[in-house]
Amino acid sequence: MARAVMYDNIRRAGTVLASSALALPLMAMVAPGARAEGMPQLDFGNPYVIGQVVWGAGIFLVLYLLLSRSALPKVEKVLSLRRQTIETDLGIAHKAKTRADEAVADLHEARRKALADAQANVDKVVEEARLAAARQTEEMNARLATEIQDAETRIAQARGQALASVREISTTTAETLIHQLSGIAAPADFVTAKVGSAAAARGL
Amino acid sequence: MAAGSSIDALGQFELHPVLGALGESLRFSQSPMMMIVAAIVVLAFLYVGMRPAAVVPGRLQSAAEMCYDFIHNMAVDTIGPEGRAFFPFVFTLFFFILAGNYLGLLPFSFAFTSHIAVTLALALMVFCLSIIVSLKVQGAKFLAHFMPAGAPKALAPLLIPIEILSFLSRPVSLSIRLFANMVAGHVMFDMFAAFTIMLAGLGFFGDIIAVGPVVINIALMALELLVGALQAYVFAILTCIYLREAVAH
Repeated sequence: MARAVMYDNIRRAGTVLASSALALPLMAMVAPGARAEGMPQLDFGNPYVIGQVVWGAGIFLVLYLLLSRSALPKVEKVLSLRRQTIETDLGIAHKAKTRADEAVADLHEARRKALADAQANVDKVVEEARLAAARQTEEMNARLATEIQDAETRIAQARGQALASVREISTTTAETLIHQLSGIAAPADFVTAKVGSAAAARGL
Repeated sequence: MAAGSSIDALGQFELHPVLGALGESLRFSQSPMMMIVAAIVVLAFLYVGMRPAAVVPGRLQSAAEMCYDFIHNMAVDTIGPEGRAFFPFVFTLFFFILAGNYLGLLPFSFAFTSHIAVTLALALMVFCLSIIVSLKVQGAKFLAHFMPAGAPKALAPLLIPIEILSFLSRPVSLSIRLFANMVAGHVMFDMFAAFTIMLAGLGFFGDIIAVGPVVINIALMALELLVGALQAYVFAILTCIYLREAVAH
């Protein structure tokens, strides 16, 4: 029984504390003794109702003047400065991009030109090498032709000399053969004439 | 607030002098005090946010610039190129109302937008401005708007009064919309908070059930954050629409 009473007292105390805590801010909103009869807003006999309009007009005017003359132009100034900065930076970026594009185009042109020059140089060197090789070949051919001609001349001379000795050798050989076979010494003029006619018949 | 078994949800809207005798003599209540706080918050947000003035902004500067762009786009897109001239006015209006709505959600605070006198004054200011701009830009042709183009002239006696009534209802709808939304939100806060206190007095089961209104109030706070921004936006966008009609040739 005593425990139940104690529990009840604790609960009541807690309820009062909780209610007070919740009610405090709300109660504080109302001035002491404020008990409205109808809507206080419509009590135009209350001088404070009209007073707040007069004060409100003054406060609104001051707020308007401060905002329009000072605070808002400050915001506008920052915003326009930002717009200006962004536009300037965009302009610089556009110019830089244009310059970069031009540089890339120049680079491509220079690369193309270098490639063309290199190709021309390669072609020129190849042509020069080809011409030099042709010239060397011609010179070699000419030298070989001269050497061949010289050799042929020498061969012809040697052949001429050899052919010139054929009649003499044939005459000597014929006289020796006749002497060996018949024991008779054939007249030299006869043998020479016969060898000469035989050689002429064979084109020697 | 709960008083015995009754709930006084409207007491929170009562105005009381602050700053003692000086406030009493100057008719300075918690409402203008919160207006000053709202103005200081808006100005501090812009001045502190824009102090770095960095080309690459930080978080606070980004937030300030986003707010600027949001209202600027709203004014220019809705009103047209002439909207640039009205941008500071729309900006002031939007953030004055927004700060008022949000500051009213803080404990120990007061929502000055929950007073019809304030919202009506703001709406009448917009209304008068739109008429002045209309007369300046359009001259007497402004009156021609009260007769819809292409409508049969025989219907003029019927249409013109309707149009005039519709035009005159603008400040009423503008002010009541904001006022009613703010009042409704704060009354609901108070009601559910009072429910919590009343339920808590019912004993053990009351304590458990009392959690319900607290949860509802938390959800209401989220809703009020949405409503606060939405109402400021609606007020500002309607102002832009009225000004667009005023500058239209």
